Amino acid sequence: MSKGTIRNMLTRDKRADRVVPPSGYTAQLTLFVSGAMAFLAVFALALSLASGRLADRWASELAGAATLRINAPAEQLAAQTEAALTVLAQTPGVASARALSAEEQVALLSPWFGPDLPLDTLPVPQLIEIVEGAPGLDATGLRLRLGAEVPGAVLDDHSRWREPLVDAATSLRRLGWVSILLIGGATAAMITLAANASLAANAQIIEVLRLVGARDRFIASAFVRRFTYRAFFGALVGVLFGMTGVLLLPEASEEGGFLTGLGFQGGGWLLPALIPLLGAAVAFLATWTAAARKLKELS
Amino acid sequence: MIELENVSYTYGDGELLSDVSLQLQPGSFHFLTGPSGAGKTTLLKLCYGALLPTSGRLNAFEQDIARLDRDQMALLRRRIGVVHQDCRFLDHMTLAENVSLPLMVSGKGENAQKEDLLELLNWVGLGTRLDALPPELSGGERQRAALARAVILSPDVVLADEPTGNVDWEMSQRLLRLLVELNKMGKTVLIATHDLSLIRATKSQVQARVLRISQRQIQLAGADL
Repeated sequence: MSKGTIRNMLTRDKRADRVVPPSGYTAQLTLFVSGAMAFLAVFALALSLASGRLADRWASELAGAATLRINAPAEQLAAQTEAALTVLAQTPGVASARALSAEEQVALLSPWFGPDLPLDTLPVPQLIEIVEGAPGLDATGLRLRLGAEVPGAVLDDHSRWREPLVDAATSLRRLGWVSILLIGGATAAMITLAANASLAANAQIIEVLRLVGARDRFIASAFVRRFTYRAFFGALVGVLFGMTGVLLLPEASEEGGFLTGLGFQGGGWLLPALIPLLGAAVAFLATWTAAARKLKELS
Repeated sequence: MIELENVSYTYGDGELLSDVSLQLQPGSFHFLTGPSGAGKTTLLKLCYGALLPTSGRLNAFEQDIARLDRDQMALLRRRIGVVHQDCRFLDHMTLAENVSLPLMVSGKGENAQKEDLLELLNWVGLGTRLDALPPELSGGERQRAALARAVILSPDVVLADEPTGNVDWEMSQRLLRLLVELNKMGKTVLIATHDLSLIRATKSQVQARVLRISQRQIQLAGADL
């Protein structure tokens, strides 16, 4: 189908559009389906974008860091910490290494034990925060060296729990896109059904149009235009409701985590504007295909 | 113009037309008569491509109708005006819109002058009914509207299937006069009717060939009419 054909089919022709009766349940069905699907598509898009942001953040924030834990009797803790820092200072790929202060360790444990934790009376391991640099940390080599020089050291490069989290966020993003595709497919199927019902209900009109010399393209265009514009306006309303829903979600915050971040950011707010256009494109193709098939069947 | 050569048409197990040959010459006037169910409507439908012959050859404007695709068939139908017995209008559109439908579908709607449409509707006596919807029209008005729609593209051939079937004698005479006028303008006219009195009444107005369908075959009618 050429661009000119598509333009001709979509150009409003009030008189030609009149050949199809203006009412019928298929009109309401198309408006409702495209509106509801666009509403759902907004949320699926928001979910997908939020999951993507989360996956990127987890991947980037945790990828460049590792933690060294020193489990040693209290009298050896300082010496082993010092030895570990020395080893780390000599290790390629370590940009910086720093032992966490007692206050920082209390802050880390306070969500579980409360803020008044007597850290000095508990056998809490010393934590060392490692920031990776070029050319990257050789975790296996470092573990071997620490095993020989700092017996109480346990290296955690975060990969054990970072990867499943990033995988989960990536899967969630993929799920969002699959949902959008399914929504598009379901919209196409519903509009095809509605178009088929409309074409069947108007079989006599099609017969009259053929009798007076109408080409299939003229007949199909009248139906295609009607369904395309209905789907567009239905989707537009659905998007407006969906965007309002997203706007009413709580603001993203550190405490709220993922659920409060389920919205759009920056240029992402413009993406839902594509949904009515995509809805119209889906309706165009679905109606054109249905009309071509039905007209062939009726000939 | 339209030429049938040994055309047969079978529907299901029954043969409705058998080995029919007929030529509609430019500017000619034909009546097609025969009892109900003889195949008059079938023959008309074959002439404008609504049905295709089961065997034989049917040429319209030097084109084999069986070889035309749907677009070519649409173009052919713009050259053949058809008046159906049941008229077939789009009930949600006004009389003026229905009559100008052939202009619209052929892309000539934009340039169509309202005065020309009014002149045509005046010719068939419907100049004051422009905005009426088809269900509001009487039988005679519907037939005249169908005739106006059939000729608005100035077709070469006008086919009319029982055009006076649902109207009184006076109206049938009026319709017939319109068809005779069209013939005098050079149009080929073929009227299918079982009403022999109508044929007799026309004899003085136009030189018409009367064809009779009998036993699935077409014959030139004799002096018994």
